[in-house]
Amino acid sequence: MPQTLFEKIWNAHVVAQDPGSPAVLYIDLHLVHEVTSPQAFEGLRKRGIQARRPDRTFATMDHGIPTYSRDLPIMDEMAAKQIAQLEKNAADFNITLYGLRQNIEKQGIVHVIGPELGLTQPGMTIVCGDSHTSTHGAFGALAFGIGTSEVEMVLSTQCLLQRKPGTAQVRVDGALQKGVGAKDIILGIIAKYGIGAGTGFVFEYTGAAIRRLSMEERMTVCNMSIEGGARAGMIAPDDATFEYIAGREFAPKGADWDKAVSAWRNLPSDEGARYDATFTLDADALEPMITYGTNPGMGIGITGRVPDPAQIGDLSQRNALTKALGYMALQPNQPLLGQAIDVVFIGSCTNSRISDLRDAAAVLKGRRVSPTVRVMVVPGSAQVKKQAEAEGLDRVFTEAGAEWREAGCSMCIAMNGDQLQPGQYAISTSNRNFEGRQGKGGRTFLASPLTAAASAVTGVVTDVRTLLGVPFGMLR
Amino acid sequence: MDKYTAFNSKIVVLPNENVDTDQIIPARFLKVTDKVGLGDNLFSDWRYDGDGTPKPDFILNQPEIKGRAILLAGDNFGCGSSREHAPWALTGYGFRAVISTSFADIFRNNSLKNGLLPIIVDKDTHAQLFSLCEEDPDTALSIDLNAQMLTLPDGRKVQFPIDGFSRTCLLNGIDEIGYVLTMDDKITAFESLPGVR
Repeated sequence: MPQTLFEKIWNAHVVAQDPGSPAVLYIDLHLVHEVTSPQAFEGLRKRGIQARRPDRTFATMDHGIPTYSRDLPIMDEMAAKQIAQLEKNAADFNITLYGLRQNIEKQGIVHVIGPELGLTQPGMTIVCGDSHTSTHGAFGALAFGIGTSEVEMVLSTQCLLQRKPGTAQVRVDGALQKGVGAKDIILGIIAKYGIGAGTGFVFEYTGAAIRRLSMEERMTVCNMSIEGGARAGMIAPDDATFEYIAGREFAPKGADWDKAVSAWRNLPSDEGARYDATFTLDADALEPMITYGTNPGMGIGITGRVPDPAQIGDLSQRNALTKALGYMALQPNQPLLGQAIDVVFIGSCTNSRISDLRDAAAVLKGRRVSPTVRVMVVPGSAQVKKQAEAEGLDRVFTEAGAEWREAGCSMCIAMNGDQLQPGQYAISTSNRNFEGRQGKGGRTFLASPLTAAASAVTGVVTDVRTLLGVPFGMLR
Repeated sequence: MDKYTAFNSKIVVLPNENVDTDQIIPARFLKVTDKVGLGDNLFSDWRYDGDGTPKPDFILNQPEIKGRAILLAGDNFGCGSSREHAPWALTGYGFRAVISTSFADIFRNNSLKNGLLPIIVDKDTHAQLFSLCEEDPDTALSIDLNAQMLTLPDGRKVQFPIDGFSRTCLLNGIDEIGYVLTMDDKITAFESLPGVR
C-alpha cells in the first residue's frame, strides 16, 4: 500500500504498541534547552536513573540568554540560575552542551543549530521541549515539540508514548513573485485556514513552489506549522536536502553517506499515498504577508485592509477580532501600509539564518534606518553570526543604524530583557503575535525579513516591492 | 500522580477563543527550575496591571470564584508553545478540568500528564454551558472521568471523549514513564536492529 513520508518514518520507529495504547515511538534525536528541561532532569534524579542515550541528546541555551556582549555577566538572576542548572544537568548526565562556556562557537537557537551541525537528518524522529521543533521537518524528518514530562520520558527511555496523528497535504502550486518568500507562504496558509486547522494533523508541504525553496526557506515554512495547529510539518527530502547536509559535522561520511542518501531517497510519499486532508495555496497570487491581530492567523496581504468586525457573522469570532483590534489600537478597514512602528526585530528560529540576514542586508545596504525606529538584528547562532561577519553583513547593519547582537531567541519570546515597551509597535520576523508575547502591552506585526528591513528604513509598514532601487535580483 | 476522582464544582467562565499559552503563563515566568508558585501568575497579563494590582474586571479577581475547579473556555484552548508551565499554572491555581470545543495538541498532552482533564464538548453543548452560566453564574457541574460524564444541574448528562489509555492513567494515577521503563528489553532490541544506530 502506498505510504506517505510521515507513515514511513512513523512505522520505522514503533518499538511496541499494546492494543488500545499509544505507540511507543523511538526518538533518534533529542534537543534540549534551558527553559523546558530543569524539571525533567530533576525527575531523573528522583528516579535515580541516568539518561538512556546521552549520545542522542544535545543541549544548548537560547531562550533566556542575553544578546548583549558575551563578555558581560547575565544580569537576570533567575535566568543565570536556569542557565547554570543546564550546565550542571548536561555535566551530570553526560550530554553535549553548546553553551556560553562550553562549545560557545556552536551555541545558538536550538532549531538553527540542529540543522547547522548536521544533527538533523531525513527519516529521523526529532523532539525538543519547544513547539518550533517542527522546523526540522524541512529535512524530511518527523519533528515535533513536547512538554517537560515528555522530555523526562525521552531522557529516561529514548521513547515517547504517541497516538498516531492524521496527515494533511499542504500543496503550494505556482511560483512566488519577487519580494515574496517562504515567510509569506506560511503566513498565507495560516491566514487562509486559521490557527486551529492543523490540530490533530502532521502537515506535509508539497507543490512546485515548495520544491523550489532553499533548505533555509523550507525551515521557515515548517517552523510555523505549529502556528497552523500542526505539531509537525514535513517536506520530502531531495537533492537540495542532501547538498545542505553533506560535509556537516554530524553528517554521515564516506560509504555511510552513500548508504544514507540511498535510504533517504526512499522517503518521499509514494504515488497514490492518501492524506486525511488537503489544504492549498496559490503562490502566483501571493503578496508579502503581514499580521494585524493577536494570533498568527490574523494576517493579510500587505496592500490589504484590516478586517471589520461588523462584517463577521460568528459572534465569538467577531468578539475575538474586536478584542484584537482593541489591543492593537487599529481601526477596521484601515490599511497597514504607512502605520508607524517603533521597533524592528530581525531574528528568531523562523528567520535568523544567513539567507534571512542576506535578505535584510540587501534592503539596508547603503540606507539608514529611520531615526524613530530601534532595529535589532539577532543572528540565530554563533556560526550564523560568524558567517554574516565574514560577508560584511554586520557592517551593513551597523552602518544603517541597526543593532548587531549575539545569538539567541531574544525578542521573539522576550524572556531575556529584549522586549517591547507597553504600546509599542514592532515589525517582527518571529512567529507569534500573541498579546504581550514581545513584552507586556507590546504590539506585533509578523512579516518577512524583507518587509521588516524595508519598514526599518521608512519607519512605517512598507511594501518592500515599492522601495525604489532594491536590487531585486539579490532578493530571490 | 494522584488518582483522578469524580468531583463537583462551580465554573469559571472565560469565553475567549484561542487562549494561547502566552496568556495562560507569560514567558517571563518560565525562568524557574521547579513548578512552585506558577498558579499565582496564571493569566498574569489579564489579571494584573503593570504595577501588579489585580484588575477588578478579570474573572479570577472576583471573590466568588475562589475554589472553583472547572474552567469553561472558548475554542482552540492552549494554542502556542509547548510549555508545560501552562497546565502547571492551571493546576497550581486549583483547576482540575478545562472544557472547550477543542484543544491544541501539545497542551492537551501536557494536561493529561498533570491531572488536568481537557474535556471536549460539541458546539451545542458548549453554547448551552455558556448560557447556563450566564443565567446562573453559580452553575455547578459534576465530572466523572470513570463514566466519561458531565452532569448538569438539571440532571442532564453529557458524555465526553478521552482515549482509553489516558483515562486509565488518570484514574489510577499511573506514571507513564514508569510504564515505558518496564519496556527496556523491547527498546534495547529495537536499538540493535540494523539501520538503527
